[in-house]
Amino acid sequence: MSKTMTGAQMVIQALKDQGVDTIFGYPGGAVLPIYDEIFQQSDIKHILVRHEQGATHAAEGYARSTGKPGVVLVTSGPGATNAVTGMTDALMDSIPMVVLTGQVPTFMIGSDAFQEADTVGITRPCTKHNWLVKETDKLSETIHQAFHIATSGRPGPVLIDIPKDVQFATGTYTEKSKSKIDHYNPQRRGDLDAITELVELIEKAERPVLYTGGGVINSGNQASQLLRELVQETNFPITSTLMGLGSYPASGKNWLGMLGMHGTYEANLSMHGCDLLINIGARFDDRITGVLDKFSPHSKKAHIDIDASSINKVISVDIPILGDVACVLEDLLKIWKSRGNKTNSAKILDWWSQINKWRERKCLSYKNSDTIIKPQYALERLEFLTKDHPNRFITTEVGQHQMWAAQYLGFEDPHRWMTSGGLGTMGYGVPASVGVQVAHNDGLVINIAGEASWLMNMQEMGTCTQYNLPAKQFILNNERLGMVRQWQELLHGERYSNSWSESLPDFVKLAEAFGAKGIQCSDPKKLDDAIIEMLDYDGPVIFDCLVEKHENCFPMIPSGKAHNEMLMGDDKTENAIGSSGAVMV
Amino acid sequence: MNALTLKKGSSKKSAYNLKNTSSDILETHTLAVLVDNEAGVLARVIGLFSGRGYNIESLTVAETNHIDNLSRITIVTTGTPSVIIQIKAQLARMVAVHDVHDLTVEGPSVERELAMVKVVSSGESRVEALRTSEIFRASVVDTTLESFVFELTGTPEKIDAFVELMTPLGLVDVARTGVAAISRGL
Repeated sequence: MSKTMTGAQMVIQALKDQGVDTIFGYPGGAVLPIYDEIFQQSDIKHILVRHEQGATHAAEGYARSTGKPGVVLVTSGPGATNAVTGMTDALMDSIPMVVLTGQVPTFMIGSDAFQEADTVGITRPCTKHNWLVKETDKLSETIHQAFHIATSGRPGPVLIDIPKDVQFATGTYTEKSKSKIDHYNPQRRGDLDAITELVELIEKAERPVLYTGGGVINSGNQASQLLRELVQETNFPITSTLMGLGSYPASGKNWLGMLGMHGTYEANLSMHGCDLLINIGARFDDRITGVLDKFSPHSKKAHIDIDASSINKVISVDIPILGDVACVLEDLLKIWKSRGNKTNSAKILDWWSQINKWRERKCLSYKNSDTIIKPQYALERLEFLTKDHPNRFITTEVGQHQMWAAQYLGFEDPHRWMTSGGLGTMGYGVPASVGVQVAHNDGLVINIAGEASWLMNMQEMGTCTQYNLPAKQFILNNERLGMVRQWQELLHGERYSNSWSESLPDFVKLAEAFGAKGIQCSDPKKLDDAIIEMLDYDGPVIFDCLVEKHENCFPMIPSGKAHNEMLMGDDKTENAIGSSGAVMV
Repeated sequence: MNALTLKKGSSKKSAYNLKNTSSDILETHTLAVLVDNEAGVLARVIGLFSGRGYNIESLTVAETNHIDNLSRITIVTTGTPSVIIQIKAQLARMVAVHDVHDLTVEGPSVERELAMVKVVSSGESRVEALRTSEIFRASVVDTTLESFVFELTGTPEKIDAFVELMTPLGLVDVARTGVAAISRGL
């Protein structure tokens, strides 16, 4: 039986059929019919953000912490353009997201109408796919297709632009089960010959390393389970990108810590010295590889990825395996076990003794202080006081604090770490913490921030108080754009051009103005009590943690250098970056 | 600038061509891309090329399957072997793209382009232009006392050669369709 309804009703019906419980949005003229339908139902909760960019990052936080697609509803013109940053962020980090935008009525498109923008044109390069729906009859099927595309294959953001007259007009609703989605069906099973070839290398490898990424988390919890089994059974060392933290537990004995530009000494030297490198759901990003022609020079390389365009894009590999991480790992374990669970265990123990020597370098040690809070110390204390919480979620902004958080916090499970990796979007963390807290009522959600990033989307504190979301804002306040300042120190002769935060607000008063609690701490001896006060408070908190102003984030692979040319905290840093490295980002 | 004075392959001058190609040999490939015939699909494909800095030497598009609503885009592109592979992977993962065929590597194929060439001249040059057109089996589709419009079909190289010969004989304008290509045999 076909159902007839208005376009606006279709939107709500389709979202319900897709199992959507929450949408993040902001109303405006071109989406009023949809907002009218939202008003008349109670199955879907609408979270009113304070800025459309906030809606997209909140949806990302929701998606990353649940594994379900985040849904955004915004109006035409500025509503859509404000959502562009969040969509680009989701595209870079492969986050499933469905964005619904209002559009001026079809008969006004192209007339430079009020709040008109070429939304599908603007968002074409920052979505996985997008649609302008001109007929109400096609609207519901398009929404079902959109969810399918956002969540299958390599996940990503999609956008549906809905003109206002299409929302008002009546049409026939197409059920989810009757929507045509066959055409987009990326391959999930890996090629068994290639997997067998990899198994043969696993059996012989003397110095193997697993390099995992966000693809493990996107593939689902089963992928993380299989990865843990693989590590346990083979005793291979494992490192991860920023996006993959939590897929293997930080407390696991084979964990090397994060790799890359601010990765650990042991992880990066293992990458450099290995003879078998297995990339599982990562993409050889430039933050990971360092200078390409010196990247892991002695290894055979395998790459498991669901996106064919990721394979051989920057690093050419010996064994490309196109497929979903969970499917490939399942087959890989099956084949490996059927051949007798073999590894070159004696050589691997030698490899471990080498790695343990690198570990003794204690690359994350830093010089602490009795009088000033070191940012690393603040995060160590935060970790100590929150790590046993059964439901801890961490979001971050972008910069030094983000790297320190990745270094000093441990993640035991996937979906607990939400950060902007590929795009590096300052202003991501506050709205992301909103989205995570909405999805996890009882969760302890902490946004680790720098004061500069935090200010970029601080308006979402209003959302926090409106919905009584107790997310904690833990600001490492150094009154600097810390990472910019660090690069200026290393690269531009300590000429700190525009990298300090002047005229900062009083964060305690700011918290009170938003109806939240404000805490300030500058004394390392009082830090624990202050953090406990933050954790004990039942409501949103802004924690202004005044830290050392000129602390640098180490270890660091300077741009243009290789994994074995890391700068450590106690190294001299003058002229660390050559002229060829200086042009890189 | 007169488009006719540009040498073939001169799209290396594209502002988007930022790759260091000295380390590897440039190859020219003809890709046949089957896409949904929907609004904006050409913009998606072109946006991919401009956004990622790939070259387009020639591009043609038209609906070829009315029942399934599919269009065929024929793209001639230049790049190092790894770039060509990346272009194909990037195209193939687009939602609107059904199929990508590299006609250059998937066995023999036939490439044709149609050009209309306007020549304005008189006296010996005019006679010579007509004589040359016969050698190339071009047909005259329009004539005045001072001008011809020749229609010529062939490979891009044949059309290049014809244009080169016509240039001193009074060539004033060229319209080219870009390459259409199809694989040979079954």
